[in-house]
Amino acid sequence: MDFITMIINGLSIGGTYAIIALGYTMVYGIAKMLNFAHGDIIMVGGYTIVLFFPISPVVGIIASVIFCVIVGIVVEKSAYKPLRGASPLAVLITAIGVSKLLQSAAQIFIGSESKGITVNLGEIKMGSVKISVLTLITILCSIAVMVALTLFVKYTKTGRAMIAVSEDRGAAQLMGINVNFIIMITFIIGSALAAVASVFLVFKIQDVGPIFGAMPGIKAFAAAVIGGIGSIPGAMVGGVVLGFIEAVCGMIPPITPYTDAIEFAILIIVLLVKPTGFLGKKRREKV
Amino acid sequence: MALLEVKNLDVHYGVIQAIKNISFEVNEGEIVTLIGANGAGKTTTMQSIMGLIHPSRGEIYYNGQKINNIPSHKIVKMGMTQVPEGRRIFSELTVYENLVMGAYTRKDKDGIEKDFKDIYALFPRLEERKNQIAGTLSGGEQQMLAMGRAIMSKPKLLMLDEPSMGLSPLLVDQVFEIIKHFHSLGTTILLVEQNANKSLAISDRAYVLKNGEIVRAGTGAELLANDEIKKDYLGG
Ligand SMILES: Nc1ncnc2c1ncn2[C@@H]1O[C@H](COP(=O)(O)OP(=O)(O)OP(=O)(O)O)[C@@H](O)[C@H]1O
Ligand SMILES: [Mg+2]
Repeated sequence: MDFITMIINGLSIGGTYAIIALGYTMVYGIAKMLNFAHGDIIMVGGYTIVLFFPISPVVGIIASVIFCVIVGIVVEKSAYKPLRGASPLAVLITAIGVSKLLQSAAQIFIGSESKGITVNLGEIKMGSVKISVLTLITILCSIAVMVALTLFVKYTKTGRAMIAVSEDRGAAQLMGINVNFIIMITFIIGSALAAVASVFLVFKIQDVGPIFGAMPGIKAFAAAVIGGIGSIPGAMVGGVVLGFIEAVCGMIPPITPYTDAIEFAILIIVLLVKPTGFLGKKRREKV
Repeated sequence: MALLEVKNLDVHYGVIQAIKNISFEVNEGEIVTLIGANGAGKTTTMQSIMGLIHPSRGEIYYNGQKINNIPSHKIVKMGMTQVPEGRRIFSELTVYENLVMGAYTRKDKDGIEKDFKDIYALFPRLEERKNQIAGTLSGGEQQMLAMGRAIMSKPKLLMLDEPSMGLSPLLVDQVFEIIKHFHSLGTTILLVEQNANKSLAISDRAYVLKNGEIVRAGTGAELLANDEIKKDYLGG
């Protein structure tokens, strides 16, 4: 019984991390930058849901996706695009700056005390195991999102162009691919995924503050690195692995307080053994 | 009016000047070759034309239109593309998907369909391996794929950067046959080669690039017969 609960928890936590990790990994693969503000897009999504939730949960979810995408586009256009071709360090510092800017803006305009909602979707009984409906929805939606994204990348013109740009930007341009457009699409997808993750997280935690996205963001980043940053299946694998570690730690009370430390220790071990992560590749950089 | 005209081009990498005031042109229907040794500036010239590198001075005209500040993807749409040095196929995509990427700018489904047939007829190996991941192809097959991919954009002007590099003599012959084939179908060709023998033989005109400067120009036959060229570029 405990075992089944653990699997279900692992999948639910892992699915959420995977969805966030996909945003990191796609932006890294295609725009060649670490978008440290990605976690804070989750915070934007979280506040949006809290704000619109009284109208209706569905309106909250839709508004969250729209807001996250808008913020993603604005950040890309105003902060990252002007730095295309600049040194990676300049881009990294800018991304950290954007992250702090979003957190401070939330603190100033919304306040530092957290805002909450109350959601109870109930539980269903499967044999002797009780599973919360939210957990089940999280798992099913995560799987649906990952399948949809995989199909999109594999079978659409824009999806294939994303692979082409991530592999060789110059050669992609020789195909007539507008790299800036593809990067913009990547930010839109990444932000929409962050919004989906924010829905899962807000419904679970029921409390949003200015640093709401920081911890899930950094964990998902670790997941992306464990899976091999730049690799889409890698982000999925990394997310689920981290989710399972968290679920296992959560079920063994003596080590539960050390969950975060254990996760990051595993990140370090993975990087020592395989610096490129599970599914990552060494890449050549070309003009 | 020339199809492609390069005027007084300077290109710098930081403080290093790789291209020094070069001018040349390619007329519609021609095969033109730039020959030059390692580091002469051939790739730099090709990438500047495609907008992948930004020249510090000079103009590039395509069909009379200045294209210096036009982004690469729009230049491709205007009817130019390049088979880059080192092939640079998309190794994670299948052979088929690479060819689809070549047709990225096109909307004419029927035309694309027909070009797929033509390319598979010309390169049966690519058809046999169409569902294979391109990174697993041999060097020769990758070169064929790079050429097929470029042709899928239906270019008026096709540029090839050392397409024979690293290939066996048999494959080198095949590459030149294919270039002649596309030329006979009406594609204008700008070729870059280090080994000048075969390229001069098929060229209407050629330019010799040395340390970033054009030091000689003439018809393919003239340069092929020139003693200095023979000594420097033809291995004898
Ligand atoms: N990215 C770069 N940064 C700095 N210098 C460069 C860069 N690329 C090329 N160069 C220099 O510019 C000059 C011209 O290089 P280019 O690659 O255009 O020559 P090439 O004729 O294509 O040579 P090859 O036959 O080896 O391909 C060389 O001296 C080279 O060292
Ligand atoms: Mg070169």
